[in-house]
Amino acid sequence: MQQITAPDISYLAIAPILIVLGFACVGVLVEAFAARERRWGLQVAISAAALILSGGFLAYFLSSNDAAGGPTGRTGVTTLAGMVTVDKPALFLWGTLLALGLLALLLLADRTVGGDLRTEVFPLFLFALGGMLVFCAANNLLTMFVALEVLSLPLYLMCGLARKRRLISQEAAVKYFLLGAFASAFFLYGLALLYGYAGSVKLADIATAAVGTDRSDTLLFAGLGLLTVGLLFKGSVGPFHTWTPDVYQGAPTPVTAFMAACTKVAAFGGILRVLTVAFQSTQWEWRGVLWGVAIVSMAIGAIFGLTQTDVKRMIAYSSVAHAGFLLVGAIAMDADGLSSTLFYLLTYGFTTIAAFGVVGLVRGGGGEVSTLSQWAGLAKRSPMLAWVFTFLLLALAGIPMTSGFIGKFLVFSAALRDGMAPLVVVALVFSAVAAFFYLRVVVLMHFREPVEDGPTVSVPGVFTTVAIALGVFVTLLLGVVPGFVLTWASSGGFLS
Amino acid sequence: MSPTYYLLLSALLFSIGTVGVLVRRNAIVVFMCIELMLNAVNLTLVTFARVNGKLDGQVMAFFVMVVAAAEVVVGLAIIMSIFRTRRSASVDDSNLLKY
Repeated sequence: MQQITAPDISYLAIAPILIVLGFACVGVLVEAFAARERRWGLQVAISAAALILSGGFLAYFLSSNDAAGGPTGRTGVTTLAGMVTVDKPALFLWGTLLALGLLALLLLADRTVGGDLRTEVFPLFLFALGGMLVFCAANNLLTMFVALEVLSLPLYLMCGLARKRRLISQEAAVKYFLLGAFASAFFLYGLALLYGYAGSVKLADIATAAVGTDRSDTLLFAGLGLLTVGLLFKGSVGPFHTWTPDVYQGAPTPVTAFMAACTKVAAFGGILRVLTVAFQSTQWEWRGVLWGVAIVSMAIGAIFGLTQTDVKRMIAYSSVAHAGFLLVGAIAMDADGLSSTLFYLLTYGFTTIAAFGVVGLVRGGGGEVSTLSQWAGLAKRSPMLAWVFTFLLLALAGIPMTSGFIGKFLVFSAALRDGMAPLVVVALVFSAVAAFFYLRVVVLMHFREPVEDGPTVSVPGVFTTVAIALGVFVTLLLGVVPGFVLTWASSGGFLS
Repeated sequence: MSPTYYLLLSALLFSIGTVGVLVRRNAIVVFMCIELMLNAVNLTLVTFARVNGKLDGQVMAFFVMVVAAAEVVVGLAIIMSIFRTRRSASVDDSNLLKY
């Protein structure tokens, strides 16, 4: 009988995950035992404490690791029997996720506008965030699958939690759930085929198996294809985006903000890691396909975005277009591609959360008004809000002096250096097309007469104000002085 | 007996599940088709575990089952709640969000 030895666990490295998931469990207990009137405050406090504590441990790990050359070396640490790798990109993604999570939490916690949510949303939020943290660091496809479900299942529920707009909220939840489960079945079948190919689902083992063997390429590429479908679905890329507009529109706006920013970060973190660590050696076989996917994604996002009549749907199609741009960076497959994609994810996340924060403030009799025609002349009612939203839209369009410009510039120049000039030209064309529909909203807000009995702009509570202000501030800051974040993003590559 | 048959069977089950998701209209039946896809994956995993002579494929099948069970909990909760408000579990009736 073989002795089973317990694997070494580097608790310090995975502390952020443990804290977020642990506090999520505490949140569930509070939900069960605390008195109803005290729950809201308690839950907000628990979630905020989880994020801040987890960020603190992350910062401590970063500094201890960097200063001493680390007990574990400078590049990172693989722990939990090789299931989780905490390397430089993972740490960057964790930092991004926790920061974006904090912003999303501020939007969720504000009850002065709307108050459409119940307290269950906070533990679910923490579980989803914990899943995302694991997903970015998973070094094994099975861990990745479990993390994928841990992040998805709470999100499905969060989409359906709205009380006032119950019908469309539930519809969004059902659509997201069925399509999401469908996509994870594809991911899983890809995992099974790769297991058959490599005899293991560790990313590094797949990479080793893919180099110079006479094994059946059918298994490898069928597996990779199915796996990628699952991942691209989560990142709402290209032809796998069908859930995005419906879910973005139907879900309560703070939840949409969280989902739009953080899921994108987690999904692209996973895509980058899988492609780089496991499939780098076969890149010439699959890269052409992902070229196509990136182009389709940009085209769908830019063209369908033009025809939208709802602000939330428009931002959803914009996110599909952005997913295409991100994929351009992700398939550059070198250090520049990695750092520019990470940077882009950070900037996109902050801008999107702030944009959804603004969308949540425009309200009419029956709650939020996101119909575009109702937004006409909003600048006359509330110049401040209109200007903030204009700035965020310009950032999404990638106008200089905003972080969106720097992000696009870095991604495209990384792709260009990697010899993908045609793809970059296509991407530039589509970002010009996409700029048109952002500008359409700007024109609508500033140069049209207000509609009769149009929406009013609620005065935001402190939390929402802080969230939007932070989002705008980061968007501006990274548009002017991107250097320090970029240094961090390019501090190291994936550890296999 | 050759493992190929098992792999073909699981591929067939997976395809049946996929087609089912695409053509069936009742949310519960769509969901059952997804479960069929997951179980097809389990069969593939166990077959490959046998081919490779390792146990980890079988362990993975357990992971898949646990995750599938969690998915059932969440999925049925969502389908139940929409059934309560709409009195229908047909995916065609959920048509407020489009274009």
